[in-house]
Amino acid sequence: MSFALVFDPLFRVPFANGLLLALVLPLLGSYVRLRNEWLAALGLAQVTAAGGVVAILLGIHPLAGAIGAAVLAAGVKGRTERSGNDVYAVLLFFGWSAALLGAANSVRGEELSHALLEGQLYFTTWANLGGAVVLFALVAAAGPWLSRRLLLEHFFPEHLSANGQAPWRLHLAFDLLVALSVALATESIGVMATFCLVFFPPWVAFRIAASWKRALVHAVGISVTAYLAAFVVAIVLNQPFGPVLVGTLVLGGVVRLPFLRPR
Amino acid sequence: MSSEPLLSYREVVAGYTGPVVGPVSFDLHPGDVLGLVGPNGCGKSTLIGALTGASRVFAGEVVRGTGVSIGYQRQRPVRDADVPLRADELLHLTGADAEPPESLRPLLGKRVDRLSGGQFQLLTVWACLGGEAQVVVLDEPTNNMDPAAVGALTDLLQASRGDRAVLVVTHDARFLAGVSARILEVGR
Repeated sequence: MSFALVFDPLFRVPFANGLLLALVLPLLGSYVRLRNEWLAALGLAQVTAAGGVVAILLGIHPLAGAIGAAVLAAGVKGRTERSGNDVYAVLLFFGWSAALLGAANSVRGEELSHALLEGQLYFTTWANLGGAVVLFALVAAAGPWLSRRLLLEHFFPEHLSANGQAPWRLHLAFDLLVALSVALATESIGVMATFCLVFFPPWVAFRIAASWKRALVHAVGISVTAYLAAFVVAIVLNQPFGPVLVGTLVLGGVVRLPFLRPR
Repeated sequence: MSSEPLLSYREVVAGYTGPVVGPVSFDLHPGDVLGLVGPNGCGKSTLIGALTGASRVFAGEVVRGTGVSIGYQRQRPVRDADVPLRADELLHLTGADAEPPESLRPLLGKRVDRLSGGQFQLLTVWACLGGEAQVVVLDEPTNNMDPAAVGALTDLLQASRGDRAVLVVTHDARFLAGVSARILEVGR
């Protein structure tokens, strides 16, 4: 057990990669929750894991397979023109089945499958960090534009179509952004930690925040705090990162208990 | 009226798998308030659904003025149990937050999921009326409202700018009389 390991240059790339994901995922998760599609992250993460495993079987880089599978899933979901969790539940079952079957038929696939389940942030590379930087830039650039339209479309669903605009374009753009985020995150921190960063911080923030802007700030604050704590704890105690992060977030979630009244 | 209409229905027959209502014709000019009335199931919502693509136009045409934007308040506004959007943030979405009426100001700092059904209905109506749209469609806006709230809604309609037109679908004849609306009976 050594606290000095936290500052080892070996962990700088994983730290920056995870931090960017901890900033982006709860922001997107807030809009996913608004659309009542909170299962999206788990469904897409599972499909992403399957894409990574299948990519290995095909001799392709797992990150490329993961992103391809997530984008394909978002496209399929977009074609159904349905919001809600049922499509993501189907994706979840399909992804789980494909990932485990792929892992059962390849040694490297099995290794990757375990890594995606546990979430091994400390083994991520410059390629992962590059993806996270691109994702962060995309969200920073498109976020304000997307935010107003997603809220408007949610509360006034006829607004776009009444003005001759096609709502499916907005939905597809958002679904693709979520798919890309989940693919990059699943490859870095694993299936369940990705789902947790999308689901948990907004779940708590929606309860306690006095406004939408504050909910976003709360969600990011909860996410980054849990991430920093988990990063240190997992290194110092030599534990897999994914379960430590999920455990930290769940413990933090007690603030959502009924005794804390929303403002 | 000599100005170009903001919105025209010309012999419109609308429906879903087959025609349900029509032919119906009307023009909406700036300052107009037109009430579409008729019994339940006569096709009032089907008729305005032609604006959004929710229903099909089988004959006739719906013509919008050039560059005319439309605000649309649905019969049952989307209202979630746990969404931390504040009332003023909701108005900002449609650009209706500049000068909200006095009756709405006490609500502005509250989360929309903490408002009563009538308060939320008033808020969404103003979000359409006070925004940038030149044509505002209100589908059964007096739903969930007690008489006091209907009075406040009447005030909102009268407070909205005179350069927009309002199309109101309702079965509430007293409300329409209160806002001096032209009346078009559907299904007769």
